[in-house]
Amino acid sequence: MKKEELPQDKKIIKGEDNTLRKVLYVTDDSGNYESAQSDGWEAENYALTQAWEDIDEHIAETRDKVKNGEVSPIAYFMLKNLMDIPILASYVGKWKWVVKRHLKPSVFKKLDKETLEQYASVFNITVDELTKFPTA
Amino acid sequence: MIIDNFEHHQYAHCESGVTVNLLRYYGVELSEPMIFGIGAGMFFGHLPFVKVNGVPGTTFRIWPGYIFKRVSNQLGVKIKVENFKTPEKAMQALDEVLASKRPAGMMASVYYLNYLPPAFRFHFNAHNLIAFGKEGDEYLISDPVMESVAKVSSEDLAKARFAKGFPEPNGRMYYPVQAPKTVDLTKPIWSGINQTCFFMLTPPVPFFGVKGIKFLGKKIKQYPAKLDPRRSALYVGNIIRMQEEIGTGGAGFRFLYAAFLQEAGKKFGNDELLRLSQEMTTIGDQWRNFAYSAARTCKARSGELHSYDELGDMLIDISGKEKDFFEKLKKVAKSWN
Repeated sequence: MKKEELPQDKKIIKGEDNTLRKVLYVTDDSGNYESAQSDGWEAENYALTQAWEDIDEHIAETRDKVKNGEVSPIAYFMLKNLMDIPILASYVGKWKWVVKRHLKPSVFKKLDKETLEQYASVFNITVDELTKFPTA
Repeated sequence: MIIDNFEHHQYAHCESGVTVNLLRYYGVELSEPMIFGIGAGMFFGHLPFVKVNGVPGTTFRIWPGYIFKRVSNQLGVKIKVENFKTPEKAMQALDEVLASKRPAGMMASVYYLNYLPPAFRFHFNAHNLIAFGKEGDEYLISDPVMESVAKVSSEDLAKARFAKGFPEPNGRMYYPVQAPKTVDLTKPIWSGINQTCFFMLTPPVPFFGVKGIKFLGKKIKQYPAKLDPRRSALYVGNIIRMQEEIGTGGAGFRFLYAAFLQEAGKKFGNDELLRLSQEMTTIGDQWRNFAYSAARTCKARSGELHSYDELGDMLIDISGKEKDFFEKLKKVAKSWN
C-alpha cells in the first residue's frame, strides 16, 4: 500500500468515536517501507459495526426471551458481558453442558444461592439483580 | 516507582511491539519488521470448527508467545517466562520484577483494559503489554498499540492476566534477563525466513499456511448455500477484522513482512529479497482488495451466490500467489546456506 492511499476513516461505532490511531506499514514514492499512523479504514469499521449490531440485536432478543420465560436471566447477562457458553463455563468453573442447563428457566429457578452468587460475581452484579431480571 | 530509562514507542502489532520495546531497554535496537521476521510471526490459519461467539476462527499470525521466544533465542537473549496459579502470586511477582528495575511483558485480555475504546473490548486474551512502573494502585503500561503510556488499576490488570476462555493467559509474565552486547543478525534473519517458509508451505492439514487460504476461499463460496445472509456476513466480517482491525500493520501482517524482507535485502545487498519484498507488497494489496470487496458484500447483505463466489476466488488466487512466493523465498534462503 502506498503512503498516499493510507485511509484515515474514523471509527464511529453506534454514534461514538472509537478511533484508535494505529501504525501501518506503507511504501513511499521510491517503494521504501515506512510506518505511518491511520485512524482506520471503512472496510474494517464496517466489519466492527456489523459485529456490534449483531451483539446488540442478540441481547435485545434474549431480553424478550427471558421476559417470556423461554430462557433464564443467565442467558441475557452472558451476552451482555460478551460471553458465549464456553467462556462463561470457564469463568464459573463448570462444564459447558451444566451452564447450558442453567439457561433453562426451570433449572435456573432451582439453583442454590452459592451457584447464583458465582454467576452474579462473574457478571459483576448482585444475586437480586440476576434473579429479578427483567424488573420492568 | 517508575523505571525511568524505559521508552514507550507505538508499533503495529502487540507481541512484536512488546519485544522491540523490551529489547531496546537492554540495548538491542531493532525495528518492528526485523523482530517480526526473525520471530517468524507471519502465518495463516482457518479453523472452521473452533468458534468464538459462533464465528469460525481465522488467524494471520503464529501462536501467542512464539515471536518473543524465538527472537530471544535467536539473538542469544536470556529470558524468563512464568505462569502463575493465582492472581495474588502473579501480581506479587510482577511487583518484585518491577522493583528489580525490569520492565515486564505480560499476556492479557483486552476486555479489562479501560484505556482502549469500548468497541475494541472483546474477550480477546492474546494481547501483550509491558508494565514499567507503579504509582499508588495503578500500573504504568506500555501497550504497543497505544500512542502514549497508559495506566491500569491493579484490580483490572489482575483480571486481564487471569481472563478465562481461549487462550488463557494464566498470568503469563516474560522479560529478558540478560542480553548480549552485540548481535549478528545474519543467521537469525535467514533462519526466520526458513521457518516462515516451513509454516506456510508444509503443514499437512488443509487449515494452515497457503493451503489454509485456499481452504477458506472454498468455504466462503459455500456460505450462501449453508448459512443465512446474516451469518454469512458475520463470518466474512470476522476475517476482515482479524486481517485489519488492530495490530497487523495492514493486510494481515503482509506489509509488515514485506517491510522485513526489504530491510533484510538492503542489509545483505540481496536483490532477490528486495524483489520478493515488492511481490509481497502486491500480495498485501490483494488482501486489502479482498477486505474491501468483502465489506461491500457484507453491506449488501444480499447473500448472492455471485459475490461470495468472487470473494472465494480472490482468496484462491491469493493462495496460489503466496505458494509461488514462498517457494521462491525458500530457494533464495537455500542459496544462502
